[in-house]
Amino acid sequence: MRNMWTITRREYRHYFTSPLAYIAALLTLLTVGIYFVVIIYYTANNSYYSNTAPGINIVIGPLATVFLFAAPALTMRLLADEQRMGTLELLLTTPIKDGELVIGKWLGAFLFMLTIIAITLVYPIVLNKLTTPGIDQGVMVSGYIAVILLTAVFLAIGTAMSSFFNNPFAAFFATLAVLIIFWWLIRLPTYIVQNDSFNNILNYLDLNGRFNSMLAGTMSLSDIIYPISLTALGLFLSAVAVEIRRWR
Amino acid sequence: MIRTAGLTKDFGSRRAIENLTFEAKQGEVVGFLGPNGAGKTTTMRILTGYMPPTYGTAQVAGFDVISESLEVRRRVGYLPETVPLYPEMTVYEYLKFMADLRHLPNGDDMIDAALDLVQMEKRADGYISNLSKGMRQRVGLAQALLHRPEVLILDEPTIGLDPAQVVEFRNTVRDVGKERTVLLSTHILTEAQQLCDRVLIINKGRIVAEDTPENLQSRLVGSEHVVLRVKGEADDLLPIITKIDGVQNAKLQPDGTLEFQFAPGADVRPAVARATIKAGYDLLEFHPVGLSLEEIFLQLTQDNARKER
Repeated sequence: MRNMWTITRREYRHYFTSPLAYIAALLTLLTVGIYFVVIIYYTANNSYYSNTAPGINIVIGPLATVFLFAAPALTMRLLADEQRMGTLELLLTTPIKDGELVIGKWLGAFLFMLTIIAITLVYPIVLNKLTTPGIDQGVMVSGYIAVILLTAVFLAIGTAMSSFFNNPFAAFFATLAVLIIFWWLIRLPTYIVQNDSFNNILNYLDLNGRFNSMLAGTMSLSDIIYPISLTALGLFLSAVAVEIRRWR
Repeated sequence: MIRTAGLTKDFGSRRAIENLTFEAKQGEVVGFLGPNGAGKTTTMRILTGYMPPTYGTAQVAGFDVISESLEVRRRVGYLPETVPLYPEMTVYEYLKFMADLRHLPNGDDMIDAALDLVQMEKRADGYISNLSKGMRQRVGLAQALLHRPEVLILDEPTIGLDPAQVVEFRNTVRDVGKERTVLLSTHILTEAQQLCDRVLIINKGRIVAEDTPENLQSRLVGSEHVVLRVKGEADDLLPIITKIDGVQNAKLQPDGTLEFQFAPGADVRPAVARATIKAGYDLLEFHPVGLSLEEIFLQLTQDNARKER
């Protein structure tokens, strides 16, 4: 636990010295900010929407798309860079377990993303002031839970990919590919295949569908369990990959 | 203390080390000598718990490297060949990170002590990316010494150091080696001679010789080589020296020096020196020539090849 925290602290601090992390943060906040301003402006000046206030999903929706790219950028060097620079040899010869190393790294990235997410809380607060009777708090909570779970999954997949490759860029594109599959591609076969049980499995695995339902304010137990299990699987695979490196 | 038995490591179909059995006691500095690719790094990586062996066992500081890997890693200080540093950290931050990973109770004191040992206390707040290669090497060594490990394993520690730093470094290692076990790899014979109590020569994954540096050299050399330089031409000196009892193979070298050999135990050097002065020559230089690692190597591998036949 203590070892894990030592790793986490280093990773978290490292992001604040890394231009890449600042670019990821800038990209996120800029996108959400522009979306926010444009939609507020449009809603205020369009008579069609005059009696419906914009929901909080105008902030959280774009976050998911941006994180699709930001998460691989933040995780790509986690383990791949350690391998490339030879510091993995150092870490693997200190008395810490492979699991502590991997989870510590993931947690560092996760806390950094949470920091960015925390900054976006400004928008709901502003939105709450602008609208009467204010925004639906329940939807906001469920939306933020969705974004946090999604972040955990994205980063765990990124950590796993970073442990498979020695090259951070290979890790970046591999992560992006896997995320695109889970985000966009996985439900596409359901439009063709007429087999219900097969489609149910794909729908279960589809992150996008779950995310959107949570964004709309409905949440089921599996909406929480599935991302957590996927995160655990990603971290487990990373730990295995580090272990395999030892045997090679 | 380090003890291995039948240590073997395969990388796919390639056998990196084969059946290594050796021991290093407390208070002993043991040198691993061999060319690149001989299996030195692989052996060290097994001993530090970085990778498990394919066959065989190894104990470091009394713990098994496979089943008690964490215990071994607590007690070993390791400096890998490519010094593992984080360039974006300061020297202090880096050592603090290592101290935290090793749960050192009074981390700051131990960091100061380690920096003092490698004479880097003035650069503690400098970024690692701004350090020279020699300084980075010293920071790496500070990292290995930080937790006062029972066993110190150094992989090619003097590469990239300038001569003055090498001398400092050797002094540090010798001090540390008095009470702890040090295993270091090198391909510089003089380094092994100056530092090590015992040398293991390793080639193609096997130990080909194991002895004290002195024994190893005399055992291999068979005869001692000496080079002599006088002021002016040495041509007329050659017949004088050839006549001295015990002098073998005296010949003039193209660079104007005179080289000869003698059997170990029958030191003819005083007689040669006297004869040179007596003949009216100004003696400028008089020194033994050791065998280079390459020569020792060639001898050992040839011996082995002959035995196999």
